[in-house]
Amino acid sequence: MRGLTHLQRLEAESIHILREAVAEAERPVMLYSVGKDSSVMLRLAMKAFHPSKPPFPLLHVDTTWKFQAMYEFRDKLTAELGLDLIVYRNPECIEKGINPFDHGSAVHTDMWKTEGLKQALDLYRFDLAFGGARRDEEKSRAKERVFSIRSAQHRWDPKRQRPELWRLYNARTAPGESVRVFPLSNWTELDIWLYIHREQIPIVPLYYAAPRPVVERDGTLIMVDDDRMPLEPGEEPQLRSVRFRTLGCYPLTGAIESEASTLTGIIQEMLLTTTSERQGRVIDHDSSGSMEKKKQEGYF
Amino acid sequence: MAHVANELVATDIEAYLDQHEHKSMLRFITCGSVDDGKSTLIGRLLYDTKLVFEDHLAALESDSKKVGTQGGELDFALLVDGLAAEREQGITIDVAYRFFSTERRKFIVADTPGHEQYTRNMVTGGSTAELAVILIDARKGVLTQTRRHSFLVSLLGIRHVVLAVNKLDLVGYSEAVFRDIEADYRTFAEEIGLADIVCIPMSALRGDNITGPSANTAWYRGPSLIDYLESVVVADDVHAGPFRMPVQWVNRPNLDFRGFAGLIVGGVVAPGDRVRVLPSGSETTVSSIVTYDGELDRAVAGQSVTLTFADEVDASRGDVIVAASAPAGIADEFEAHLVWMAEEPLVPNRSYLLKIGARTVGAAVDQPKYKVNVNTLEHTAAKTLELNEIGVCNIYLDRAVPFDPYTANRDMGGFILIDRLTNTTVGAGMLHFALRRAQNVHWQAIEVDREARAALKGQRPSVVWFTGLSGAGKSTIANVVEQKLLALGRHTYLLDGDNLRHGLTRDLGFTTADRVENIRRTAEVAALMADAGLIVLVSLISPYRAERQMARELIGDGAFLEVFVDTPLAVAEERDRKGLYAKARRGELPNFTGIDAPYEVPEHPDVHIRTPDMSPEDAADAVIAQVLRERGG
Repeated sequence: MRGLTHLQRLEAESIHILREAVAEAERPVMLYSVGKDSSVMLRLAMKAFHPSKPPFPLLHVDTTWKFQAMYEFRDKLTAELGLDLIVYRNPECIEKGINPFDHGSAVHTDMWKTEGLKQALDLYRFDLAFGGARRDEEKSRAKERVFSIRSAQHRWDPKRQRPELWRLYNARTAPGESVRVFPLSNWTELDIWLYIHREQIPIVPLYYAAPRPVVERDGTLIMVDDDRMPLEPGEEPQLRSVRFRTLGCYPLTGAIESEASTLTGIIQEMLLTTTSERQGRVIDHDSSGSMEKKKQEGYF
Repeated sequence: MAHVANELVATDIEAYLDQHEHKSMLRFITCGSVDDGKSTLIGRLLYDTKLVFEDHLAALESDSKKVGTQGGELDFALLVDGLAAEREQGITIDVAYRFFSTERRKFIVADTPGHEQYTRNMVTGGSTAELAVILIDARKGVLTQTRRHSFLVSLLGIRHVVLAVNKLDLVGYSEAVFRDIEADYRTFAEEIGLADIVCIPMSALRGDNITGPSANTAWYRGPSLIDYLESVVVADDVHAGPFRMPVQWVNRPNLDFRGFAGLIVGGVVAPGDRVRVLPSGSETTVSSIVTYDGELDRAVAGQSVTLTFADEVDASRGDVIVAASAPAGIADEFEAHLVWMAEEPLVPNRSYLLKIGARTVGAAVDQPKYKVNVNTLEHTAAKTLELNEIGVCNIYLDRAVPFDPYTANRDMGGFILIDRLTNTTVGAGMLHFALRRAQNVHWQAIEVDREARAALKGQRPSVVWFTGLSGAGKSTIANVVEQKLLALGRHTYLLDGDNLRHGLTRDLGFTTADRVENIRRTAEVAALMADAGLIVLVSLISPYRAERQMARELIGDGAFLEVFVDTPLAVAEERDRKGLYAKARRGELPNFTGIDAPYEVPEHPDVHIRTPDMSPEDAADAVIAQVLRERGG
């Protein structure tokens, strides 16, 4: 008998995790960030509950600074699939006009994303949230549980995490506590791309190379996605063939120069590159323990 | 990603994708301590399979110079150590999962520290592993910790073992040293029932026999580590076994579709197969295997599917669908190996939750028959299990569950224990067999039921549970309640803790374990009396939330009323009608609640009586109002 392939096993495990979480939670939600990992997670959810729709809404914690193409993709996809989408924007950020240019990337990310996520979870009283994080993304994530317990203040305490044995997940919480569940824990970046290829999963066009207006700042190519982007004196957006390896707020996401405009083309390019995926994210650049610190504070 | 080594990427990406989309997967665990070079080995595997990115490599180079232990040379161990706190301590204290991949396989490595106190972590990491790599320092040979690791590997049912005889460079790549260690280990491994063992001489630091044969060990003809990991057949024993699928979720998108979703943990299933739903035992035929990608004509262990049946049989979450020709057992009493994973030791007879498959039930653990010394494998007597201890215990469940012995099927025989109050996972276990008692002691179906008996008495039976400190006034109030109920024509009985200790619980003392047993017996008797149609009043200090919760669940939420007789310690001590507090203060009464034993205050009592402000008369009226109003007593 021919055994299952690694993608079949990963898929089956993720589906098992999704079903287990839904069966044990009272108010589950899926955090949907519009990126490629979210796309894979969403496809797995469609599979897990087929022929039913996934029995939970999607939550997009928006910053108003995502790429326009991401908003278009999000709205089109959720409408096509007939899914319930909640878009949450931290009202304090709207009021104060928090943005990466005036307030810096750290404040921007903390206020819109970290605080916004906590507010949204509290507002809708979700007790379980699916996230697309993978263990291979960063060293501190290698020990993250599939079911990760957060205190009522959304804090992650390494000492309170539960051992996970076999396929048995303990999702029980005290009032106020919540669980973050990571169905993609055991997937690597390569697995994600192979699966997107095998399943022909639609992804935001920004992953494909195309001529886009960019400026170069501190060695990073930033796309001028709308007219909110303040240009330095003498700075002139140039049309260059670029694509993105990860997606986030456009002013904080570096593009790479590329001609890869097909799925196989970008996988090929990814395999031939020699820098890790997170390097394009401006928030990680400080110290190597920074991701862990953010997690303790409640960042996903 | 830096696996540039593969030319296929550049020349024929489609062929590359096809190859990698058809890889298999292997999950393994590495056992050994930092001293054996375990982190170095894993770092080396990641490095040699080109999974280290340039930016990580740059960080590795600078870290190696700053904090490395290799005199400025690349310290591979730094690639794999995680949390900042641990890095500062220089030890890893949890299970980390690493990933690497070759053309033929994807690997998931559970990386666990080897120290004795981390049995918990090794059991966790090993529970999902199909193979174990046990590291030995060639200079030291088979050590106590090697035996410990091997015992745990065998306990967890990991069938394939690689003995990595590491640091061979430090003994001049001596064949004699290697052969001695190999012979030594094989003798020991046979004793504990490990069969499939491959011994590989290596140096993780220098890269010998990691990805290919090493010129330094020309005398060695066996496979390199990667060669073996890539090719070992983890003969999926679960495929060969009988069909098993725990139901995770019932899929009902509309009235016309009713599917049972789960992951197949044993065997194969196809439409037309006769299956049985356990524990109910109803039989039916599989009519289809539904997936998002279309219906399947067969599905095997490891796949997540949704089954539909030919007949309208009932199945819900936690049930297990099994081959009708080879069903699993059903029982509520077992013998099991139990690994304790919490700082708080096991409390025998306390009610925990037990999760097996998709089913969660109440469970109590007997005092261990013995515990196993993981270093010497000796059995010693034990009253409890502490963190990282392993014992063999009888376990009693409040409902029967479908199961197979762990050795036959890990998913059908592995379970976790959960603390009811903290919700943490406190233990993990492996079922051996159902106790013969469980199979021979059956429930006698009784025709006259609780409703009939209660109807005759014209009342709704219930259990009113008075909890509070010694001298709080529980018995006083309970007595008044009983008199008043009697006057109202109700049939009652008062179970008083002090009185029970002269008979039913005469053999019990005041340790935590004995108190737990005291409460359990009292709750069982109260449940029987409620079943007989009575309104039962229980007056018992019952200091632990877990046991009061157990009583509530045993009796049924609707019939259970928790009355918290809330008297400040100072007031109770001041009263001290029985002179017990004075004795306790003099140290003559150890384990006295409120003095040197804890009282866990009820968080949501049904009736809360603050005695200094309320007479027993008024308190009794408040209780009776609840009994009659809410329960139609």
